[in-house]
Amino acid sequence: MSQAPQNDGERGGEGIGGREAQAANLFDLRRIIGGLFLLYGAILTVTGLGDSHAEIAKAAGVHINLIAGLGMLALGAFFVAWGLLRPLGRQLAEADGEAEPRA
Amino acid sequence: MLAAAQIRLDTNALDFAILGIYFVVVLGIGFIAKRYVKTSLDYFLSGRSLPAWITGLAFVSANLGATEILGMGANGAQYGVATVNYYWIGAVPAMVFLGLVMMPFYYGSKVRSVPEYLLLRFNKQSHLFNSITFALATVLIAGVNLFALALVLKLLLGWPILLGIVIAAGVVLAYITLGGLSSAIYNEVLQFFVIMAALIPLTIVGLHDAGGWGGLKDKIGQSKIGEAGLHALQGTDPGHVTNPIGATWIGLVFGLGFILSFGYWTTNFAEVQRALSARDLSAGQRTPLIGAYPKLLIPAVVVIPGLIALWKVPHLGSGGDLAYNNAIPLLMNQYLPNGMLGIALTGLMASFMAGVAANVSAFNTVVTTDIVEPYIARDRDDAFYIRIGRYVTIGGIVVAIGTALIASGYQNLMNYLQALFSIFNAPLFATFIIGMFWKRMTPAAGLWGLVAGTIAALVTYVGYKWAGWFTFGSDLDESFWGAGAAFVVDAVVTVAVSLVTRPKPVEELQGLVWGMVNQEDAAAAAVHRSWWESPKLLGLGAIAAGAVLTIIFF
Repeated sequence: MSQAPQNDGERGGEGIGGREAQAANLFDLRRIIGGLFLLYGAILTVTGLGDSHAEIAKAAGVHINLIAGLGMLALGAFFVAWGLLRPLGRQLAEADGEAEPRA
Repeated sequence: MLAAAQIRLDTNALDFAILGIYFVVVLGIGFIAKRYVKTSLDYFLSGRSLPAWITGLAFVSANLGATEILGMGANGAQYGVATVNYYWIGAVPAMVFLGLVMMPFYYGSKVRSVPEYLLLRFNKQSHLFNSITFALATVLIAGVNLFALALVLKLLLGWPILLGIVIAAGVVLAYITLGGLSSAIYNEVLQFFVIMAALIPLTIVGLHDAGGWGGLKDKIGQSKIGEAGLHALQGTDPGHVTNPIGATWIGLVFGLGFILSFGYWTTNFAEVQRALSARDLSAGQRTPLIGAYPKLLIPAVVVIPGLIALWKVPHLGSGGDLAYNNAIPLLMNQYLPNGMLGIALTGLMASFMAGVAANVSAFNTVVTTDIVEPYIARDRDDAFYIRIGRYVTIGGIVVAIGTALIASGYQNLMNYLQALFSIFNAPLFATFIIGMFWKRMTPAAGLWGLVAGTIAALVTYVGYKWAGWFTFGSDLDESFWGAGAAFVVDAVVTVAVSLVTRPKPVEELQGLVWGMVNQEDAAAAAVHRSWWESPKLLGLGAIAAGAVLTIIFF
C-alpha cells in the first residue's frame, strides 16, 4: 500500500514545479481517499457478490455489502478523477506564480 | 431477535484485513512524510495548498470522535429525537458565530493557540491559569477517547477494559511518533469519509428493517421513552417537563445552545486551530461555515441508529454490556455482515485514535509552548523543547490512562464530556466574549473572571454529583446549569473587577478587540472570488437550515 502513491507521482509527466509539485501530488488527499475507497469498494463488491442468504438476512434483507461496495467505488472514482484532472502540483505552481501568499 | 448475549463482534479475517489496510495507509502517510518532504512539509500542510473543503471537513472531523459516535448514539437511545438539539441549536449557530464574528480577532492577532490570545489581551497570570486548566481538560478528554477505544476493543476481542486502555495507549503513542502532527489533518479528513462509510449503510439497513422513518416512529412510540422521545423541543416547558432529555427549553437554549456550545466551538484549541491554519482570513472564516453543513446532517446517521438500537436491542441501558454507550457497536454487530463490519470497525477505531492523538498533541503543544517555554525554562535551544515535548507526550498518555479509568465510571460518556465542557469551556467563553467586545475589561478581570467561573461550575458539579446540594432533571441538565452558572459568575466578577482596576492602554489592543480589527485582513476578507464564497451567505444559510430542521422535528 505505501508504495502505491509513489507511482502516482508526476515523474515523467508534465514535471511542473519539480520536486515540490511531485511531493504535493504524492500527498494529494484526493488521491489517497480515492485509492483507499477504490480498494475498499472492490473488496466489498466482490464479497457482496458471494454473500450467502444468511448474510443478507442478517442485514434485514438488504444486500448491504454489494450496495456499499458500489457506493464506495463511485466515491473513490470521483476523488481519483478529480485529483487527476486538476493536479495539486500544477495548482500550487500557478498560485505561486500569481502572488506570494501569507506564510 | 438476537439475544443480549451477542456482545462480541462477529469478525473474521476479512474484517481484520480491511482494518489492516487502513493502518497501513495511515502509517504510510507518516513514513512518506518523514522520508520525502522534510523541508517543505509545512508548505502544504499549513493549509494554504488545500482547498477550503478540506479544512472545513477537518474542522467537523476533529469533533467526530467518541463524542459523536458513541456519545450521540447513546443520547439518541436515551433521550430520542431531542438529541438533535446538540446539532441544530447546540453546534451550528456557534460555528457560524466563530466564522463570522470571532475569526477576525483570532486571525488578526496572529496567535498560535487559544491561550496565547489571553496573553496578548490580558496578562501572564490569566494565560498561565488557562494553559493549566486547558492542559487538564485535554488529558481528561483524551481519557474519554481512550476509554471509548478500549470499549471497542472489548467488544471486538473480549479484552478486559484495563488491558484495552493500556494497549490502545501504546498504539496511539506509536501512531503519534510515527505519523506525527504532519499527517493529522490528512487522517482527520480520511477518517471523516471512513466513518460516513460505516454509518450510512448501518442507517439504511436499520431504517429498512424498521419499515422506514414512519415505521421507526411507531416503534419508538411504544418504547420506554414513548411519544415524547420523538420531539426535539416539545415537552420542555418549565414546571412541566415531559421530554426525556429532562431539561427546560431555557436550559437547552441558554445552557446548551449558547454557553456550552459557543464555549466549545469558539474557544476549543483543537477546533480553532483548524481555522487558524487556513491560507487567509476569508478561508479561515469559511472553515467552520463549511463544517456547519455536514454537521446539520450528521444526526441522520448517529441519532437514528441510536433510536433503532433502542427498539432493536432489548434491555438497552441496563448497564454493563448493554450500557447506552454501546448502542451503535451493538447495532453494527446485529446488522452488518462481514465486510461491512470491517468498515464499521475501522471507522470506530480511526475516530477514537484520532481523538486521543488530537488531545494528546494539543496537551503537548500547550504544556511545552504555553507553560514550559515562557514560565519554567526560558531561552533554551530548540532541541531542548523538542525533547521536553517528547517527554510531555509520553507523560500525557500515561495520565490519560488514569483519566480513562475515571471515564469508565460513566454510563453515558456524552454526559461526562458535557460536564467537562461546562467546567473548562464555559467560563473561558464568558471571558473571551467580554474581552473581545469591551475595551475597558482589565487584565486583572481576565484572571479573576476565569478563576471565579471555573469554581462556580466545579461547585455546581460537585454539589450535584457528590455532595447532594442541588438536584437537576438529569446529568445533562446539570451540565447546562453548571455552564450557565460558570458564565454568569465569570461575567459578574469580570465586570466588577474591571470597574476597580486599570485597563490596558488602547494602543496595545490593536487587532484584539471589536472595532480594532487588523485593517489589512479586513480588506482581504472583503474580496471573494464568487458570490457563494461569501461568509455571511454561508453562515446565514446554515442557521436557516438548522431552524427549518428544528421546526420539522419540533
